[in-house]
This record gives sequence, C-alpha cells and structure tokens, in this order.
Amino acid sequence: MTEKLYAIAVEVNGKRRTANVPARLSLVDWLRDELRLTGTHVGCEHGICGACSVLLDGDPVRSCLMFAVQADGHRVTSVEGLCNADGSPSALQDSFCHTHALQCGYCTPGMLIAAHALLQAIPQPSEADIREAIGGNLCRCTGYQQIVDAVKHAAARLHEDSAVDKPG
Amino acid sequence: MRAASVSEACELLRQDGDDIKLIAGGQSLAPMMAMRLTRPSRLVDINEIAALKFIALVDKAARIGACTRQCDVARDDVLVERVPLLRKALAWVGHIQTRNRGTVGGSLAHADPAAELPLVAQVLGAEMHVRSSVGSRTLTAAEFFLGPLTTALDAQECLQEIHWPVWNERRVGSSFMEVSRRHGDFAMIEACAQVAVDDNGHCTRVVFGLGGGGTTPLAFPALSARLIGTRLDGDLVQSVAQEAAVQLDAGSDLHASAEYRKHLATVLAARVIRAAAAEALDKS
Amino acid sequence: MNETFRYIGKQRRTKEDPRFVMGHGRFVADIALPGMKHVALVASPYPSARIVSIKTDAALALPGVHYVLTGEEFCDATDALAIGVDAPKVMRYSLARDVVRYAGEWVAAVVADTRAIAEDAVERVEVEYEPTPHVVDAELAVEHSSPQVHPAHGSNVILHKHFVWGPVEEAFAAAQHKLALRAVWGRSSTVPIETFGVAAQWQPGLQMLDIWASIQMPKFPDQAARALRLPGNAVRVHYDVDVGGSYGVKRGIKHTVLVAYLAKRLGMPVRLIEDRLENMRGGDMHGPDRIFDMQVAFDSDGTLRALKIRALDDVGAYAGRSPFQLGKPVTAICGPYRIGAIEYEPIAVLTNKTPEEAVRGFGQAPTNFALERTLDSVARHLNMDPIELRRRNLIRRDEFPYLIPSGSTYDSGDYHAVLYKALKAIDHPALVMERDSARRAGKLAGIGISTCLEPNGGNSGFEPLLNPKNDTTTWMDSCLVRVDLSGAITGVMGTSSSGQGHETLVSTVIGEILERDPADIRVVRADSLQALPSNSPVGSRMAIMLGGAAAGAARKIKETLIDIAAHNLGCTLESVEYENGNVSVRGRPDKRMTWDDLIAIAHRKIHQMPAGLEPGLQAKFVWEVPTGGALPTADGTIQIYPCYSFEAHVVYVEIDGDTAAPILRKYVCGHDCGVMITPDIVHGMTYGGIAHGIGAALYEKFSYTEDGQLASGTFMDYLLPSAMEVPSITIVDHCTPSPLTTFGQKGSGEAGYLGGPAAIANAINDALAPLNARIDTLPMTHDALWQTISKARKAAEKQQ
Repeated sequence: MTEKLYAIAVEVNGKRRTANVPARLSLVDWLRDELRLTGTHVGCEHGICGACSVLLDGDPVRSCLMFAVQADGHRVTSVEGLCNADGSPSALQDSFCHTHALQCGYCTPGMLIAAHALLQAIPQPSEADIREAIGGNLCRCTGYQQIVDAVKHAAARLHEDSAVDKPG
Repeated sequence: MRAASVSEACELLRQDGDDIKLIAGGQSLAPMMAMRLTRPSRLVDINEIAALKFIALVDKAARIGACTRQCDVARDDVLVERVPLLRKALAWVGHIQTRNRGTVGGSLAHADPAAELPLVAQVLGAEMHVRSSVGSRTLTAAEFFLGPLTTALDAQECLQEIHWPVWNERRVGSSFMEVSRRHGDFAMIEACAQVAVDDNGHCTRVVFGLGGGGTTPLAFPALSARLIGTRLDGDLVQSVAQEAAVQLDAGSDLHASAEYRKHLATVLAARVIRAAAAEALDKS
Repeated sequence: MNETFRYIGKQRRTKEDPRFVMGHGRFVADIALPGMKHVALVASPYPSARIVSIKTDAALALPGVHYVLTGEEFCDATDALAIGVDAPKVMRYSLARDVVRYAGEWVAAVVADTRAIAEDAVERVEVEYEPTPHVVDAELAVEHSSPQVHPAHGSNVILHKHFVWGPVEEAFAAAQHKLALRAVWGRSSTVPIETFGVAAQWQPGLQMLDIWASIQMPKFPDQAARALRLPGNAVRVHYDVDVGGSYGVKRGIKHTVLVAYLAKRLGMPVRLIEDRLENMRGGDMHGPDRIFDMQVAFDSDGTLRALKIRALDDVGAYAGRSPFQLGKPVTAICGPYRIGAIEYEPIAVLTNKTPEEAVRGFGQAPTNFALERTLDSVARHLNMDPIELRRRNLIRRDEFPYLIPSGSTYDSGDYHAVLYKALKAIDHPALVMERDSARRAGKLAGIGISTCLEPNGGNSGFEPLLNPKNDTTTWMDSCLVRVDLSGAITGVMGTSSSGQGHETLVSTVIGEILERDPADIRVVRADSLQALPSNSPVGSRMAIMLGGAAAGAARKIKETLIDIAAHNLGCTLESVEYENGNVSVRGRPDKRMTWDDLIAIAHRKIHQMPAGLEPGLQAKFVWEVPTGGALPTADGTIQIYPCYSFEAHVVYVEIDGDTAAPILRKYVCGHDCGVMITPDIVHGMTYGGIAHGIGAALYEKFSYTEDGQLASGTFMDYLLPSAMEVPSITIVDHCTPSPLTTFGQKGSGEAGYLGGPAAIANAINDALAPLNARIDTLPMTHDALWQTISKARKAAEKQQ
C-alpha cells in the first residue's frame, strides 16, 4: 500500500525544505526522521509534556499535535535553529550552561523554545512570567529551579547587551 | 487535505461527512488520533482559511471567526473591553503552546465538559453561525451544546463564526474561576459570572454558569433572575450557588468525587458572582 | 578533611550541557540503523485471562509487516528473566504465554517497516481471551482465598521476612507510651520524559549482538545474554547512548531481550521505542506501592524506645529486583534517630497490576515518609514541638560512626547542624508567626519538617539478606585513565548516564589528582565488551565509586610519573615533588622534568623507563564498595550502604479552606552529602528530587479500577508537576565528610525525593491539626484533602 504523498515547502531554521510526505506524518516525526533534526524530542504524543515544542511562525507549538502537511508555507524553528548565525550558542543557550539548567537534556530543547519565545515577548520577565511560560514543558530532572535561573540570567545579559548597543 | 475556503471545506464534508473530520488547532483532535480513539480516514485542514480568522466588533456583539487562534483572542485589547470574560477564561486554557495553536471554534466544537470557552459561550448566550454546503444556520449556545463532547453540528457542518454578546451597561464586572489539579489542567469545576449594576449598586443584569460536571456547561437563567435588583451579597448568593451546584449534578471521575465537585461548584459559583459584583461596583 | 581543593567543590560548567542545548544529544530514538525495523506491541486488555488463541494472518497480510512474534515461540527460545528473590516459579518473559497477568502485558510483538504500520498491524492481531478472576488489592492478595497470580508459586506472597533487632518486646513493655498508625505510599514512579527504547542488531558474520538502549541497570549485558542463551561476549551494549532521565526505572530488560531476539531471528536491525501508553501500562516501571503499619514505643519526654514496622508492597504481576526495595531501607531502618530496638516485617505480594521496577531511593523514600509521619504522630500525642522531638532523638555528631540495630554503621553526620541551618534559612520563628497569622485569617496553614537519611554508595547486602540463596557480595566500579602520546588525558567509564554529570565528575576528579585542567580531560564510555566492571549508577553511588575509581587510577598515573622522573633525575621517590604534572627535585626547581618530557619517555623512550613499568601511560582501578563484601549474620544484621547523606526539609503549605487546594508557599532543604564534587550538579539533582517528591506527595498515582484497569495511563491523568506546581526552592549546604571515601564525598542522586514527601505530608498535617484531622495516605489529592477536612468539620459540628 502506498500512501498518498503531499508536496510541502517549509522554511526550517531559515532554510527552505521541500518534501513529499504522507498526511499522517506528524511534524515532529518529519523533523526528526526525515530532516534528521533530532534535537526536538517526543515524550508523550498527546500534547502534554512539551518536549516536542518548536516555533511555528515564531510561536511555541507542540509539533506532536501537528501534521507535517500543515506546516506547508510556514516557518518552523527547532532548537537547532536557536543558535547564532555563526553556529555559536545563543545567549539563552549559554545561560542554560551557566546555571546548569539541564541534566538529561531531554526536555531541554522544548524549554529553550518556550524560553526563547518568552524573551522575545517579555524581555524582562518576572519569575511568575517565566514559570507560566515554561508551564507547558515538563521536566523530571531539574525541579525547574536552575531553568528559571537561566532565563533570568539570559534576560539580564540581553538587557545589558542592548544597553551597550544603545547610542550613549 | 487543506481547504482554501469555507465552501470548499463544506463541499468535502458533504461528500464524505462521516469519515472525514475538520482539523483546526488539533489540540484536542490530534491526541485522540494518536491514542487511536478516533480514526477519521481523512482530515480537512481549515487553518489556512483567512475568512475564518478574524475579530470584528459590531454594536451588540463581537464576531470571532471559528479559526481565530486563542492567543490572538487573549491578546486583543479592544476585545477585552467588550467581552472581558474571554481573556479571563483563556488564562485558564492549557498552556502557551495550546493557545498558540488552539482555536476558538475548535474548543467549542469539541465541547469538552471541562473546557473554558464553552462555559463562557453558554453563560453569555453566544451564537454559533454554522455553514454547510446546503446553507447556513444559527444556533444559540444552549441549542449547540448537547452533551459531553457532543454538539448539534452534524457531520457535514462547519462552525464558521461565533457572536459573543457585548454588554453596553456602564458598570459591568466579570469573573472566571476554576479549580484544577495542576495549572492548565481540565477543570474539576469551573465557574464564571458577568454582572451589571446600577448607580446604587443594585444588580440590573447577571449571568453565571458552571462547568466541569461531566455533561455540558450550564448557565442558570432562572437562578440568575432571583438576583436581579439585589446587592449580590449575603445569603441569597450562597443559596443560589448551592441550588446551581445541585442542578449541575456533577459526576465522579479519577480526579474528583461528585461530592467534592458539588462542594466546589457551590464555592465557585458564589465566588464568581461576588467577584463580578465587586468589579462592577468598582466602576464609576 | 580540611583540604582545599583546586577543582573539586568549585562552581564549574559541566561538560555535558553544551551538546544538549544545541540539540545534539544522542538518545536511542536518534539512532537510525540502516534497514531498521520497528516494533509495536499487542497488549492484554484483561488483568487476568487465559489466552485461547492468537491469529496473526490479518496482521501479516498488511504490506510492510515482517513478523508477528508470540509467546509460544519466544518463551521456548529464550530463558526467563532474572528474579532476585527466591521464587523460581514466578517466571517472567517479555511476552505472555498461555496466560496474561495484568492489563497491558505484552502478548505479541509486530515488526514492520515503520512504527505506524506496526501499530496498524497490532490492531489486526486477533487474540481470544478467557478472562479469569483477578486481584488488585494488596491486602486481599495476601489471603490464600484470592486469585493466585502465579499458581505454581503457591501463594501471592513472593517475599516475607521478619527481623527483630534488639529487645523490641521489652522496650514496648517498658515504654510509657505506644502509638500505632498506618501510612500509605501510593503507587507512583519517577516517569522520565523519555520512554524506554532499545535498538538491536545481530551480525551473523561476527556472531555478535549490538545493543543501544536508554538504560540504567546493573548486570544488563549479562542478563540480556543469559536470557538469549548467548555467551556474554556475544553481546555488546553501547553505553554512549544518552539516557533521557531514569531515576532508577530504565531497566528495560524485557524490551531488550524481545528486540534482540527479533533482530537475531529476522536478520534485520530492530528498534522499539515505547510510546507513552505502552510505557505507562506495559513498561513495567511502576514504583513502590506500600502500606506501612507502624508501632512506636516512647517515653513522656519524647525518647523513642522501639519501632515495629510492617511494610506490605504490591509488586504487581511479576518481579525482577523490585522486592529488594523492601530490603534496602534496612540500612537506615531507624532513620537518623537513636532507636535501640526495631522489628521489621517486609512483605512483597503479587497482584494483577503492572510490575514494579527500581525507583529512585530503592524504597527509602516511602520508608522515610512512614518514619516521619510516626515522629510527628508522637509529637502530636505528647503535644511537643516536632522540632524538639527530633532534637532529642537525632543521633548527635559526637556519636559517629553510629551502629544501628540492623547492622549498618552510619559513617558521619551532624544532623542537628543541618536542621538548624534549614530552620535559620527559612527564618522559622517568623514562619511560625506567618502561619499563625494565616490561621487567624481563617486559612489552613502548616509547617512541616522532615529529617531523613539518604544512604548511598550502593551495596547488594540486601540481596543475601532477603534471599539467602543469592550470595552476591560484589558491588564494584572502575575507571581507566590514559594519557596519550600528545599528553592529553582521557578517562574511560563503563556505564551509561542519565543526567548525573558523570563526565564532569570523572574529569574533575582526574584533574584534581593530576593537577591538570578538567576542561582538557575527555571522558568516554567503553562498550560492555571493553568496559571494566561496573554496577551502573544506582544507589547514589557514582560520586563515591566512580569518583573513587577515577581518583585511584589517576593516582597510579601520578605515581608512575613520579617514578619516571625520579629515575631520570637520579634521586629517590621521596626527594621529588609533583606539581601540575611536572616533577622536580625538592628545593631544586632547575632539576625538573615537565609533563611533556615524562609523557615522551613513557610512550617512546623505554630505555629511560624504570625497570618493571609498562610502556605507555595508563592505569585502571577497580574496587569494591567500602564496608562491603560481607554476608548477613545469622540474626539478619549487615552493613548495607557505606555512606549516609542527610536532608532536613522545612516546608510551609497553605490549604484553601473552601476548595482544599494545597499550595506550597516556602521550601527550604538543608542538605549534607559530604564533599560535593560539582555543586551545581548536586543541587540540580536535589531540586529535581524535591520535584519528584512533590509529585508523589500531591499529584501522582497509578490508579487502578476494580476491574484491574490502569485508570491513569496517560499524562492527562497521571499528573507530573510543572514549574507552576513546584515552588522556588532554597538549598542550604552542610558538609560532614565521609571517612570512607577518597575526598570525603558521599553520594547524592536521590536527595530531595527521600525527604520531600515526608515534609509535605507533615506540613499538610500541621495545617489540618487545628481541625483535629490527619491524612497519612499519598498522594494527598484535592479530593482526599477535602474529604478529610469536611469529615473533621462535620465531626466538630456534632460535638457542639
């Protein structure tokens, strides 16, 4: 049985990717198995754990609840697309290393996606803002403490950097 | 397949209505499919239909397209003035990822007994505008919600837009409260109320409702009527709340017994009425 | 130990974090073997049934399906999985044969080109069942009249021991007071976000099986080989697979034997990644499900005289190591308290539920919960401050090393200091005022304390204790260190990791000994054919055992370097000194050999080597756990774990008087695990342990219906705490070094989880105390709290 395939064109991490995919292929499975972007992880496949979070047109969504065909014409950013243009870790990714905001690393990509989106929307988030923003990302290793610390750290750094960039 | 227009979606539903499902945000449908609890042989993706994504304010109502994202509704500062209950309810809906993708129409069409938007629709008396290939019709919320996960939509119909009543009184207050196990979980019990008071602090208009009981969200027009003209305090609110909890007749499940739900319903119904009244009274 | 360390104990970034933040982890689901096939499982819908027939034709007819394996074939071709206790008739295979014993048990395995096709095919496998009576209540299951889960075993009781350490009856007779209580630890688990996965490939030309798995398990390659009837050196487990969290449970030996068998049988690489539904019900990773009946004898001044503990654990339909979770707590059976006489009756019973697996703490968390509820019950009975009660009974720092009645000696500690630090950090007097003022405002508010032990280091002493036929006394670990021709240092470890930061641990320790920067030290993992012996990260043992082994190997290298230098400088070993890898004559800095000089000699200039030394520069260190190696005495005493970390939790909780919703408002944990090698790693695991504890205390339960169905089999119903449920946590550190370990470090992988539920339970009970209500069953759900509160209120009304 050959399943019907649909042609899609999706901008993934800044690059246009085309493919022919079956309708039932989820977005996360397409990213992981076809594009070999294995940084996005599967934890539950029913939309609770958040490990599969990616940015869709800049907003965090659960890629296990989307089909690859639905991403046609849209922009997807996964954890691999969060680094700087030269491939170095972003301030947020570096802050995660600074405060040891991860242990097993499995929920981390989803956390980074949620935190990244938060800092875009609220550059100086409160602790409550941070916890709410990652409220849909479950972690079993860290107890969230050092993750919250990392986001605060990144916010402070980014604030400093932007202050430096401002004309005197 | 991806539908480019409402008529295209309706035409597809007409052809294959029983075996085909519309998919909007997918926040409810996709998990059910992943668990093989529902197995449509085809999906019609309506996410790209621009005509279903809008927020428009007319005199007595806010019109919201069925595929409008929940996050867009929550963010809309003009809408929050006209239908304040929507933002308040959406604060309880899932998590950011849910609201970035989930749609207003999707939540209503799914009709989970513990979902927040169906309760607001029921309480405010929202109007569902429905399309099929043979025409369109309008249903009140009371006509629309038939039971748990059951609406009056037939297999060939598509929810197109929802009209949310706007209250034009000067002193209006509202409140949405919920008790769930964790933040973002389905409500064990949810309640909301909207109240208008006159210059003397007497209630001129009030609606309230309860959800999470296992059936449909309920509004209580008869009980609300008893509150008109009163100051919305004291024992009357308490007895109205108690009566509402009895009528809700909430059931038991893994997370809460019927007894506990009935107690929560009494507590929350009273709390939302009082909170809405307090907010209204604060307005000058 | 008053050493100042250069690298140990310092704030340093870990080696592991950078690759994960970039999305470059390598988890088993990320490994794509060419031609790999996928497995999905047919699971029993019944908790107990006879399998009448299995029809696979329709499934096999689906394009893309390669094979459907049933127990008929599988159970003949493989050996039963290992069981730790003496119950040879309780046999466990990856697939059911003839009968199913729990809802979710695997009945058949489908192999297909994709997981989706395999799942489609699963639906087409027709299994006819004849349901038989089942039992899902532990107390009923103990009765002979109950349905027997394994009739050949003769009863549902798979373990029943009775230990009496010290003069228990005399102490009860002589004590001024006695109390009895029941404390129930609900069935929960640590549920990692990554499910278990395993990929296997058989190479016929080499007659070798390669396995990649998300694994944390002692003797994994050995047990896999045995079940498959292969020699040990025909199985190669790759430990360089990242494991997405384990906390004990990633023991998928049944998944592994199944997948390996299929790979060998079909001649294709095969992979199984559990989906969450399979994992929750059929992954066999549930944790302790335990009823404690406690009796305590004490005096009016609060002195604890004796304890009687009956612990009944429902291990589910099969058992591997799980019943031993009743044995490990023997190593700290009286907690951190001075109690001279203890009776302990552990019972493990089979029911038609999903089997248990080892969970973080290996039974210590439930035991600590029961002990701490007992302490607080004593305090309440005597109208004594629970802090004061603990102050009187905590072992004092001048009493170490302290021998407890069951035979373990606690190595070191200063429990009072840690408790006081925690109380100070939360500003306890102010907190009491805050609580009291909340109460006056009509709220239910409570402060909870727990003082608990985290035994660590690992030791299989409970195996022979609970099963005399099992005379395992070796519990070892190892490390190989090599310095290559370029002078770069590599440490080799022989087990997988699941976030504990072992690469950072090993490189820090090696760097400390060799006085070389850990940032330049690489740590790799050998596969199971190359690895030195390891018992894997269990029992919070790696800081001690792997750290100790890395230090031991590094010391040998250092000695070799000193030896080479002295030989070439023409002087004695005692007259040279080692600094940062260079060696010079003491007082003669000009007479010096550098690191590079010495490496070159070791690798290339054997004519300059002292006689008897190996060429090259490498050392291995393999060692047994300190204080280990003995069998239990006839009266059932034994040293189990060597080291004892300590935690003092102070928690402030408010319960909404109307909705019964609990909110954790403040959380402080005082923690002493001796010398911390990497503080951020230790703190991280403690925060995580507390989050696990919050889940177990308030949210998580594998609930079963009377029909034997798992009602909470998805994440919608099994509730993992998010960042909104876990409060901000403050950890205050204390250090009582262990005299038994290389640097004074103690283990600390289970911290937080071992004392958290106890403190939260005590806080909730303090909040309920003004109502004269109590709750001793976990999880303390909203509904359970409300039932407790409203019953108490009704009772109070009646009295008026």
